[in-house]
Amino acid sequence: MASSKSAYSIAGKKQKNDTHIIVVWVDNEAGVLARVVGLFSGRGYNIESLAVAEVDQKENISRITIVTTGTPQVVDQIKLQLKKLVPVHKVADFKREDKNVIFKEMALFKFVANSEKLIKAFKACKNFNPVVLDETKKSKVIQITALRREIDKMSKNLTKFGLVSVSRTGAVAMTRGSDVFK
Amino acid sequence: MPKLYSGAEIVFKCLEDQGVSHIFGYPGGAVLPIYDELKNFNSIKHILVRHEQGAGHAAEGYARSTGKPGVLLVTSGPGATNAVTALTDAYMDSVPLVCITGQVPTHLIGTDAFQECDTTGITRPCTKHNWLVKDINDLSEIMHKAFEVATTGRPGPVLVDIPKDIQFQKTKYKNYRKVKKLNGKSHDNFSQKNIDELIKLISKAKKPIFYTGGGVINSGPKASELLRELVYATGFPITSTLQGLGCFPADDNQFLGMLGMHGTYEANNAMYSCDLMINIGARFDDRITGKIDEFSPKSKKVHIDIDPSSINKNVKVDLPIVGDIKSVLTSALKTLKKSKKNFSKSNKHQISNWWEKIQKWRSKRSLDYIGSEETIKPQYAIERLYELTKDKDTYITTEVGQHQMWAAQHYKFNKPNRWMTSGGLGTMGYGLPAAVGVQIAHPKKLVVDIAGEASVLMTMQEMSTAVQYNLPIKIFILNNEYMGMVRQWQELLHDKNYSESYTAALPDFVKMAEAYGCVGIRAKTPEELDDKIIEMLNTDRPVIFDCLVDKQENCFPMIPSGKPHNQMLLGPKDQKDKKITGKGRTLV
Repeated sequence: MASSKSAYSIAGKKQKNDTHIIVVWVDNEAGVLARVVGLFSGRGYNIESLAVAEVDQKENISRITIVTTGTPQVVDQIKLQLKKLVPVHKVADFKREDKNVIFKEMALFKFVANSEKLIKAFKACKNFNPVVLDETKKSKVIQITALRREIDKMSKNLTKFGLVSVSRTGAVAMTRGSDVFK
Repeated sequence: MPKLYSGAEIVFKCLEDQGVSHIFGYPGGAVLPIYDELKNFNSIKHILVRHEQGAGHAAEGYARSTGKPGVLLVTSGPGATNAVTALTDAYMDSVPLVCITGQVPTHLIGTDAFQECDTTGITRPCTKHNWLVKDINDLSEIMHKAFEVATTGRPGPVLVDIPKDIQFQKTKYKNYRKVKKLNGKSHDNFSQKNIDELIKLISKAKKPIFYTGGGVINSGPKASELLRELVYATGFPITSTLQGLGCFPADDNQFLGMLGMHGTYEANNAMYSCDLMINIGARFDDRITGKIDEFSPKSKKVHIDIDPSSINKNVKVDLPIVGDIKSVLTSALKTLKKSKKNFSKSNKHQISNWWEKIQKWRSKRSLDYIGSEETIKPQYAIERLYELTKDKDTYITTEVGQHQMWAAQHYKFNKPNRWMTSGGLGTMGYGLPAAVGVQIAHPKKLVVDIAGEASVLMTMQEMSTAVQYNLPIKIFILNNEYMGMVRQWQELLHDKNYSESYTAALPDFVKMAEAYGCVGIRAKTPEELDDKIIEMLNTDRPVIFDCLVDKQENCFPMIPSGKPHNQMLLGPKDQKDKKITGKGRTLV
């Protein structure tokens, strides 16, 4: 172990990181996102992606979905620390591998190319629920919904069909079946 | 038509309803409407400090010594930023504070107006919660909720930022009604099954130890009583963190002294070798655990804490019990008495080997130091201070550094809420203003700030506050002309390169006392020390006591170089055999 002249302990062994999707229900009030995100940055947790919007207008509840990586201990801390925030109502945590949970991200692709390439571009998207949102002779805007890594792959592969711009959301999650997270 | 109140009036009505009797503050442009209203509320006394950090620490001293929330009132911009150190300090040590700040009028927010700052943004990471009041109709509800958040669960600081125009606007006053549920944030979350498991572990343990912390004190005086009952009922040894001192009598035979970096040999070795550790209201801080991989390797660990996020944060435990210490201990005692009558007697044999081992560690006398006839040893000064004040109900505050550790080691506390020190954040300059707050709360009691000359200079201006309000606080400075703890680390870790740790041009503290209008006393030799301390105690005014101590003295024992608990460094006698040389001299 490296010797150090620090007054603090030397970092121990690093454990394996897992990817988790954390869903947080919060009061939709000023600064609430800053509290959640500030907690992550302040305590050195990762944020891979983030999606937030109001889901209950009557009760004023927003749902924040955060994709994060960390050791089991860190993920536990993330949940417990989040639950301490005053505007937080409940916190759910899913492993990315969890078969009972659906994860989806949405992406908008803009292609500028000749009509032949544009058709190929649309075909290439066919597995990911493509919707054409805008179309001209020279361009197309296609919306797809897919997993993160699928979108990663797509945005790499589609450059040959004239992909010029990508806009994508963070992941959102929902459990399968009739169960609702309480 | 119901009576309409201004925002400023509502602030005071809320404080009245919350039973606040003292607030610490400093006026400024953005809080003037609130200050204007002060004269109409006689039940609330305002203490004018000399710097907003002082207001914060004074409120902390008030809160820690009474168990009630401390309240401070400061202006926008620099007023708020000056309070940040105290808020962070309170956050780290779980002290309930309500900080009210003025803000520029709502229409100027975001325009970089005069004395504007993003107060809620700056204080978000150092408060439990904060609010910017944008609508006068929310004010009373927010004020009451602020008190609720500060004082429930694990206590901590909160902040309410009130723009100046809101302070002028008028509305109806909504009476205080207790919120049933704070967004689902429950506190007692344990079952009888947890308690049964705890009692099972207790009855099986051969080498048990209680490790207690500030949570016991935050749970109220009753928790300390219950703790004593439990410790006597089990016959187990007990050690305490810095913040937990006083919840168990320090002169009791079952008490092993403080643990951790500068804890006793017996406490740290017992922590290392135990087979059952019962953590009550402590948080496995890095100054306590030492090297985490080798922390108490063979023990089952129980962690009783009100904050679920404290569990498994630093150390993985076998039995977590989330709840208020008072209710957990009540249940535990009830179950213990029911299932195991006369447990301490029947169990005596089972832990007798353990006690023998502890006595052996004890016989090392790890707090001993080499006395001197010529110079005052700092440990001796604290021992004498203790002997001469132990019959009074004394409140001790400290600054941060060697003197703080010596005070924790050599001053023996027998009651909770008598010991105010900055542990988590380690804020130099905490002790003097904290003493002001303690004395405000306990006007007839003896309040002593055990200080270092470097720390105390950071908030020395609060002597004016003490003089203004006739607060007879005693500032007991162990003056070694060095930032002692920095010097000690430089000696042990950085090849005696005393980089910038010597304070040249120190003020003459006796003359300084006179300049402030209080009393200065200086002690130079061990011989005159007692008389001077008695002179200090007999002075019914604020005193600055300049105690000139050995400049080279180090604070021992200590756990060096990222080592576990069983590899402590004892005092100078021991060091001859076990000289620390070479690389790897990391503290904890």
